[in-house]
Amino acid sequence: MNDFLTLMKPELVITGIIFLLLFIKLGKGLKNETMLLVIQVLLLLNFLAGFFLNTEGTLFDGMYLTTNMIVLQKNILSLGVYLISLLFADWFKKSEHMPEFFMLMLSALLGMFFLISSGNLLMFFLALELSTIPVAAMANFDLDKKRSSEAAMKMIMSSAFSSGILLFGISLIYGATGTTSFAELPQQLNGSPLQILALVFLFSAFAFKLSIVPFHLWTADVYEGSPMAVTSFLSVISKGAVAFIFMATLYKVFQPMHATWYNLVMILAIATMIIGNLFALRQQNIKRFLAFSSIAQVGFILVGISSNSIQGSTSVVYFILIYVFSNLAAFGVAAAIAAKAGRENIDDYKGLYQTNPFLSWVLALALFSLAGIPPTAGFFGKLFLLTAGAAKGSYLFIIIAALNMIISLYYYLRVIRSVFMDKNDEPLEKIKIEPSAKLGLMICAAGIILVGLLSWIYDYIQSMA
Amino acid sequence: MRVRPMLNATYIALIPLLPLAGFLMLGIFGRKYFKNTSGIIGTTLLLVSTVLALYTAYGYFFEYGKVEGIYQKLVPLKYTWLQFSEGVSIDMGIILDPISAMMLVVVTFISLMVHIYSLGYMKGDERFPVYYAFLGLFTFSMLGLVVSSNIFQIYIFWELVGVSSFLLIGYYYDKPSAVAACKKAFIVTRFADVGFLIGILILSFHSGTLDFNTLIATLTSPETAGYKSAAAASFIGVSALTWGLALVFIGGAGKSAMFPLHIWLPDAMEGPTPVSALIHAATMVVAGVFLVARLFPVFAISSPNALTMVGYVGAISALIAALIACTQTDIKRVLAYSTMSQIGYMMFALGVSKYGGEDGLGYTASMFHLFTHAMFKALLFLGAGAVIHYIHSNEMKDMGGLRKYLPITHITFLIACLAIAGVPPFAGFFSKEEILLAAYQNNPSIYWIALITSGLTAFYMFRLYFNIFWNKEAHVHKKVLPNPNAPAPSLLERAGGEAKGEGGFAMMMPLILLAVGAAVAGFIPFGHFVSSDGKRLETAFHLQFSIAPVALGLAGIFIAMWMYKTENDKPDKFAASLSGLYKAAYHKFYIDEIYLFITQKIIFNLIGRPAAWIDKNVVDGLVNATGNGTKDISEIIKGVQSGKVQQYAIYFLVGIIGLALLFIYWWT
Repeated sequence: MNDFLTLMKPELVITGIIFLLLFIKLGKGLKNETMLLVIQVLLLLNFLAGFFLNTEGTLFDGMYLTTNMIVLQKNILSLGVYLISLLFADWFKKSEHMPEFFMLMLSALLGMFFLISSGNLLMFFLALELSTIPVAAMANFDLDKKRSSEAAMKMIMSSAFSSGILLFGISLIYGATGTTSFAELPQQLNGSPLQILALVFLFSAFAFKLSIVPFHLWTADVYEGSPMAVTSFLSVISKGAVAFIFMATLYKVFQPMHATWYNLVMILAIATMIIGNLFALRQQNIKRFLAFSSIAQVGFILVGISSNSIQGSTSVVYFILIYVFSNLAAFGVAAAIAAKAGRENIDDYKGLYQTNPFLSWVLALALFSLAGIPPTAGFFGKLFLLTAGAAKGSYLFIIIAALNMIISLYYYLRVIRSVFMDKNDEPLEKIKIEPSAKLGLMICAAGIILVGLLSWIYDYIQSMA
Repeated sequence: MRVRPMLNATYIALIPLLPLAGFLMLGIFGRKYFKNTSGIIGTTLLLVSTVLALYTAYGYFFEYGKVEGIYQKLVPLKYTWLQFSEGVSIDMGIILDPISAMMLVVVTFISLMVHIYSLGYMKGDERFPVYYAFLGLFTFSMLGLVVSSNIFQIYIFWELVGVSSFLLIGYYYDKPSAVAACKKAFIVTRFADVGFLIGILILSFHSGTLDFNTLIATLTSPETAGYKSAAAASFIGVSALTWGLALVFIGGAGKSAMFPLHIWLPDAMEGPTPVSALIHAATMVVAGVFLVARLFPVFAISSPNALTMVGYVGAISALIAALIACTQTDIKRVLAYSTMSQIGYMMFALGVSKYGGEDGLGYTASMFHLFTHAMFKALLFLGAGAVIHYIHSNEMKDMGGLRKYLPITHITFLIACLAIAGVPPFAGFFSKEEILLAAYQNNPSIYWIALITSGLTAFYMFRLYFNIFWNKEAHVHKKVLPNPNAPAPSLLERAGGEAKGEGGFAMMMPLILLAVGAAVAGFIPFGHFVSSDGKRLETAFHLQFSIAPVALGLAGIFIAMWMYKTENDKPDKFAASLSGLYKAAYHKFYIDEIYLFITQKIIFNLIGRPAAWIDKNVVDGLVNATGNGTKDISEIIKGVQSGKVQQYAIYFLVGIIGLALLFIYWWT
């Protein structure tokens, strides 16, 4: 019992918060502002709780497992969710059903926690569904907007399709090996064609969630149609969680077939970086722009994953931590502008610096970090990913990755140029930022600078790996 | 009592940190609190840095640097910043060896001159504090680059230098051409930096370290495991070691504007002129040369092929840039191409050098030329700045006869021109002589290219000189000239169209100090201090050898004089020659025609113009085409993103089936 409490502590805390919100909502309810404050405090506590009383071990015959690294990954996701609750305060306050929104989001987060901790393909499947279905409901949260409903429909249909294929893959694996346990699978894998087929099916489910080309097509429509908070949740938290479990599965379960999946990862990484970049080049809508650029970022994560080493897993976790700060900062700025001025086009950002220097600087910092320009943290993140990938010795792959960094530089700079250098006779008015959103942006900005400069953060992650 | 300098990491670390402090202070509080004093603050901080750098260099060269006649590579400060894995760490450290000690002096001194000069040149600019903040950032990055003890540290500072250069080129951000130029510079050099980064990864992967001293030691001794793996691994028939070095060199070539990555440099002249003097003439652009010099033992001992490539790239850049410089009419562009040509000199000097002893002459010569070039090129740019400040135009056609109005600028500019043309006893003569000697001994084809280039150099520099200071009569300047490239808007207003004479003391003092440097720096026995293996190198002076280049240089000067000095004096000359010297004048005219024919018709039209054309259309075009091509492809694949979920599912399915087939049947 004691084991159960300490090992599953993150999940239990989240469940507790969900129930607490439910009771508050069912009771008299609170004013939206007070409610949001309560939620923010609870999420902060949830994040802080992640640092205490952590142990390693397994539960339920290996269905559930946890290690220090897994706890760290969960903490990164908790931090991301806390930042979302801060950054999109504007939108939350206007929303009629805010507690429900958070209940859905926390359910999805709970699913992700189970996903990272899963030790069996069945557990994995359940957790993946739990982390997907609530998000589809969240995507529909702008109830009066048609695009929002369309996004939800597209998401639920695409993910149903992907789930079908995933189940097919799981049954093939079970058929070929007679087990679904992560601990027993490696001994049974020998690289037979049937197993390769199953691997590809499984892979496609990960690829779908991570928006890896050619499984990415749903991304742009869903990202654009959903409310900004959901878009950022999908592109940061959801991708982070799936990247963690993807890496764990490849490294631990499919280790015997690593020659095969290395090539698979390499091809898809190249395709993802190139296609993501090519689409991002021409986007005018800031949400679509960030969506496609986040596809390209996933390509770089794959480069790190391909290294199949401790260095690889360290650099991926490190990069995702940075990515949480950078991407959420960019979304936060876009949300502040969208909420107050109702503008989402990059052209509307021209001359933003004239009226909103704070937002401009945060946006510039975030985009520099996403583009990987030193001395922002994004530079170190990308660099470690590439270094880890280079250790495998496939230089052509690394050269393609590095060239893609340059292409991405072009479009990130384009936005920065609009903000700082383009003259605009009618720039956006001075935007009043919600205090909590401002706090969130400051945390993100500090993260973007400090995570790169404080070397012990990387060392700490490495010591966990 | 005589103070004996001791090796002390604290004050060496202060050399780069003081400009950083200036950047932070002026960048954050400048606009509010130091509106008018920011120039003084920045300059004072840099003055302290310069004194410390001189003290360090003095201590290193004369007190503690030498052990048993060999200059050591000292590492007085090393802070392990990030332990990457066993043996591989990113350090923040200081390395002190002959080239870094020399570069500390060069960078701080030139930067100090520019700081002082800018007090006059940028006066009245509304973003004065920002300007000095950026200068501080640049100086910090450049100093950090030269003292880097770790290849990764150098990369970080390398990028910082790129960022500060970007900020300074785009300083007049309301000018579209400046914005375009800073973007171009940033993107082209970033492109090259990717090569650098991959090169670092390859080298460090094989040697198992990022530390310069260990890396060089590993990769130069054939018995180590790192050397063996680097020499054995190969890609397209070339060893990983050579690839690594070649890629690192691509990074260096980007920063140093070597052909064909030079296209950003002429455009970079959109920045304020003192910035051009600091960054695009004297310091940043030699970073590539410095990088090759830093890794020189590895190049020379382990991969002569990569070094030969360095030599040819340098020689080709030197020649092409000199040819193009002959056809330019914008004075800053002439200087930009001249910079590229001179850096080509430094590069091929390294390329023809070998490691150790007498054979290492090219290395010493290259560093020597770097040192003297910094002096006279900064002087040329600052002089050009004074001219532009006076005329409010960059075009030669707007100038002429300025020697009467700008006497100090005129004299100092003349000294710089003589120095760059290689006329004894000015600084450029000595360093160029050593380079030519090294080339002559090791690679005759490069020697001939270099010799032709040195003649061309003299010609175009004096073409520039005569066009600015002689040529037409000066009354042209009374009217207000259109001003596409004024130093600062406020200056234009203050000028009000009237001639104002030379800038104040702040602008003249750097010119005079640099002129002194350009005149006497050549007498330093450079081989005693800087050589490829740290031992003392005696550089002998060969009189008979220097006849050819000096004669060519003088010929270039005289041709330029014939063609450009007399253009508006012709009426007077004709009058004089009509009274009896008709025949001589006729012959002179005849020679003039030949020279005109040779230079205008053959060199300009057949070589210079095509070279400029290729530069503009082919090299630039390729870069643009890459950008446009990417856009076109993205237009084509747009159709895939249709918005229909059924289609998405089909692509999904096709993806899975394709991958499954690929891995089951083909790639197993």
